[in-house]
Amino acid sequence: MILSRKLEYAMRTRVLSLTVPMMAPALLAVIWTILAHQIGNQVILPGIDQVGELLRHPTEDLISMGSLATNVLVSFVRVIMGYAVAALVAIPLGVVMGYYGFIFKFFNGFLNLFRPIPPLAWVPLVMAWFGISSLATLSGVETGLTFIYLDNIKFSMLFIIFIGAFYPILTSTIHGVRSVNATLIDSARVLGANESQIFRKVLLPAAMPSIITGMRIGLGIAWMCLVSAEMLPGSLSGIGYMITHAFTLASTDIVIAGMISIGIVGASMDMVFRHIEQKNFSWRRLAE
Amino acid sequence: MNHVNGEIIGIRQLSKEYTTEKGEQLLAVDDITLTIPEKSFTCIVGPSGCGKSTILRIAAGLEAASSGTVHYRSNLVVKPCGEIGLVFQEYSLFPWLTVIDNVAAGPAFSGVSKSERIKDALVHLRMVNMLEFKDAYPHELSGGMRQRVAIARALANKPDVLLMDEPFGALDAHTRILLQRELLKVWQLTRKTIVLVTHSVDEAVYLADRIIVMSNRPGRIRTVLEVEMDRPRSRANLQFGQLTDSILKELEYGN
Repeated sequence: MILSRKLEYAMRTRVLSLTVPMMAPALLAVIWTILAHQIGNQVILPGIDQVGELLRHPTEDLISMGSLATNVLVSFVRVIMGYAVAALVAIPLGVVMGYYGFIFKFFNGFLNLFRPIPPLAWVPLVMAWFGISSLATLSGVETGLTFIYLDNIKFSMLFIIFIGAFYPILTSTIHGVRSVNATLIDSARVLGANESQIFRKVLLPAAMPSIITGMRIGLGIAWMCLVSAEMLPGSLSGIGYMITHAFTLASTDIVIAGMISIGIVGASMDMVFRHIEQKNFSWRRLAE
Repeated sequence: MNHVNGEIIGIRQLSKEYTTEKGEQLLAVDDITLTIPEKSFTCIVGPSGCGKSTILRIAAGLEAASSGTVHYRSNLVVKPCGEIGLVFQEYSLFPWLTVIDNVAAGPAFSGVSKSERIKDALVHLRMVNMLEFKDAYPHELSGGMRQRVAIARALANKPDVLLMDEPFGALDAHTRILLQRELLKVWQLTRKTIVLVTHSVDEAVYLADRIIVMSNRPGRIRTVLEVEMDRPRSRANLQFGQLTDSILKELEYGN
C-alpha cells in the first residue's frame, strides 16, 4: 500500500520533470502552427513542418551552398579557433593582472577603453586591416581542397570572435585570481612552492571555477558574434552567411532552420561547460 | 656570533611597522628578542592585535621585519624555507585537492616522487587519526578534522620547526581540548620544535614548556614563564589554576 503510493509519487515526479520543460516549446509550436496557417505566406512565416523537414535532413544540399550541417561545422570551427586564441591570451593575462597590482594598473585603463566597443563596431576597421586575407594567405597554400578549408578561416572573422570572447574571460579570470584566499598562497609558500608553482598549482586551480564561468559566457558571445562576422565580405559559407543568403532568396524556412541550428549548437556547448563545472568544481560549493 | 647554544630560532630586536590605509605608521611589534631552544614547546599568548601572529609570519619568512632579525640555526630567515613549517588558523587546505593530496603537497612542490610522497602522507595521516578520510575533500570535513589535516600537511614537509598561528582558535571548546591533547602526542612522537601562538591562556598552560606573555599594541614581551608541570597536565591541578590566574592578571595589567 505504502510502497505503491511511493512508487506512484516517484513516477509522478519523474513524469513531471520530463514534461514541464517540454511545455513551453510545445506551446510555441502550437502558436506557430496556428499563425502560419492564418498568415498563409511562407515568406513571412513558413509552416513548422517545412522547417522540421529541413532539420530532419541536415546533410542535404540547400540553395546550392552546401548542407545545414556542413555550414554549421564551418561556423563551429571558426568560433573554436577565434575563441581558443581569446582564451589563450585572456587567461594568462588575467592571472598576472589579478596577481600583480602593477600589471593590473598598467593594462586595466587601456583595456577598459576598448571594452564598451561592440564587436560589430570593429568590422570596418578589421576589414581595412585584414580585408579578405585568411589562414590560406598566411600559409601560402593557393590551390586544392586545403585552400578551400583554410580560406574559410578569415582573419577578420577570427578577430571579431576574439574581441567578443576576450573580455568576459579576462574579467572573470582577474576576479577569480583576486578572490583567491591569501592563506592558500601563504600556505603554498611555506610548503616550499616557488613562484611558478604558485601560479600553476594554486592560483590557477583556485581561480578555475571563475575562469570556467567566464569561458562559458565568452563562448556564448563568440557564437553570437559569428553571425555578424559571417556577414563580412569574402565569406561564402557558414551558418550566418547561409541565413543572410537564404533571406535574399526569400527562403524563410532555411532562415529559421539556420537559427534553430545556431540555438542548438550554442546550447550544447553551454551544456558541456556546465557539465564540466558541476563535475570538477563541486569543492567550491562548501569551500569558503 | 649571534648564535646561542641549543637555540634553533633566534629573534633579535625585531620590530614591525605597518602603514595603515590612512597613511599612518602603526607599530605592531616592538623590539622583540627571543630565543627558541631546540625541541621545546613555546606558546606566545597575548591580547588580539598584539602582533603575535606577525612575529610568526616574519619567522616563517612570509613578511619582512622593519628592523631586527630572525635566525634559523645560523641562517638569516628572509623567505619561506622547508625547515620552518606554519599552520594557519583556518582555510589553509587546498579545497580542490583530496586530504591525501593536501598532505602530500609540500613534497610535491619540492619534486618528491608520487609513490614516495603518498606513502609518507599516509604515515602522517595515521599520526593525526585521519587515515580513513584520505580521499575526502576539505569541504566534507569538520573544522577540527581540517586542522588535523593541516597539521599532518605541515609535518609531512619534514620541518625542523613548526610554527602554529592560533591553530585551534576557530574550533569549539571540546574539539579544541581534544586536539591539544593530540598535538602533545604528536610533539612527543616527532620531537619537533613548536612555537604556538594563542590568545587562550588555558591552552598555553596546558601545552607549553615556556610561555611568552605579550603586552597590548605595540607588542612587547611582558614576561617569560617556565612551566614545570608534568604532562599530561590536569586542569584540576592547583598549580595549573594558579599559573593561569597569574597570566590572566598579567594580561589585564597590559591593557
